[in-house]
Amino acid sequence: MTQLMNENGIRCDGRRIDQIRNVSIKVGVLKNADGSAYIEFGKNKILAGVFGPRDVHPKHMADQDSGILRCRYHMSPFSVTERKNPAPSRREIEISKVIKEALQPAVILKDFPRTVVDVFIEVLQADGGSRCAALDAASVALVDAGIPMRDIVSACAAGKVADKIVLDVNDEEDKEGQADMPVAYMPNLGKITLMQLDGILTPDEYKKCLETAIGGCKQVYEIQKKALMEKYFKNGEA
Amino acid sequence: MMEIVKRKYVIPGDVIITGPYRLEQNVYQDGDRIISTSIGISEIYENAVRVIPLSGMYIPKTNDLIIGKVIGHSSLSWEFDINSCFIGFLPAQDVFGRDYSPTKDELKARLDKGDLVAARVANFDRSRDPLLTIQDRDLGKIESGELIKIAPSKIPRLIGKRGSMIQTIEMATKAIVTIGQNGLIIVSCEDPVGLLKAIEAVKMVDAQAHTPNLTERVKSMLGVELGENNDTINE
Repeated sequence: MTQLMNENGIRCDGRRIDQIRNVSIKVGVLKNADGSAYIEFGKNKILAGVFGPRDVHPKHMADQDSGILRCRYHMSPFSVTERKNPAPSRREIEISKVIKEALQPAVILKDFPRTVVDVFIEVLQADGGSRCAALDAASVALVDAGIPMRDIVSACAAGKVADKIVLDVNDEEDKEGQADMPVAYMPNLGKITLMQLDGILTPDEYKKCLETAIGGCKQVYEIQKKALMEKYFKNGEA
Repeated sequence: MMEIVKRKYVIPGDVIITGPYRLEQNVYQDGDRIISTSIGISEIYENAVRVIPLSGMYIPKTNDLIIGKVIGHSSLSWEFDINSCFIGFLPAQDVFGRDYSPTKDELKARLDKGDLVAARVANFDRSRDPLLTIQDRDLGKIESGELIKIAPSKIPRLIGKRGSMIQTIEMATKAIVTIGQNGLIIVSCEDPVGLLKAIEAVKMVDAQAHTPNLTERVKSMLGVELGENNDTINE
């Protein structure tokens, strides 16, 4: 087993326990999509495209009172070391569902009855925490598409590695560590839209882990905000 | 409380202001906080708050002038692509009059697939697709002109404050610019140089809509050419 943390509290990739990986986001990278974003979250490289509101096909899915949200999370065959079968796996179907449910409270689709907003997420290179990175990219892409939203959804994971609560677990820590907790958060409203936990934590650890993850979400939010400002308001204040 | 507060760049979730204000476009209330739902520029005026969006699709509003493309027809109505998530409907009675009969009149004779039409949104609500009408002055089939497509969110900027931007372009190039609120624009001009200049000006507004002092830059871009245009006319 690899050593996940040395005696000085430095993790296997050289980070402190409360440090997130390098995150960079680019908005509006796809010409044919209504909104798009590209995120590099550590070694994760993820592309998100948003279409809509547009006509629903198949028609029976349409809601007469409101628009609907659909989401597809997909990993490219070359995103991991061993070729991944491009057909949607059980894991991808589940992540598509949780991402959809994490974005649903943020989007306001009441004014678009009988339409759909499609979110496509393509993982080009996977590292640990790709669902959080995918959510970050998807919510920025939704803003780029001009979908009305209550708040931006920011996501970041926390976990327990070498008996310590750490922020933003990477791939090795996820596989070898004791717990992994992805959290999605709406920073201005202070509301959690996604919380999963894989592993065992004591009630105190749980509390600390959640707080750590929310702290990470707030850091990610600032990066998302900067990326949007970069595209739309390059030329200073109004 | 009537003064205009400085305009601000906002993204969804940003708190614009707290307190009792009237909510207008692209904002919602959470407790006493007024929060933006879109990326754009927030404005506070006369106790009302709104956000002018910088991205997004065209949402039909009653009385909007729009430019649509015929995508098909049934025996009673035409269907229009209006650059929105909804399809526009133009009933046959609107064109043929009340004594329209599907057995006697041929819809294709008046408007065929691919025709561009200037229309007005007669009615639109959540339960039905937008109903169009061409029963007004300057409405109907567009016979000539150059079609330009820009982002619908940038139409207000192209019109400008009390029409200042569009007047500048029309006066300088002697072109006639028909602006559809859905982001489709028809430019027609007898002088080919003026036509190209007007198209360039519209595209310039589309590309730089979010930057300050845009009217002045469009003016300087056109103003130089205006002198040359006058010369050619004098010759």
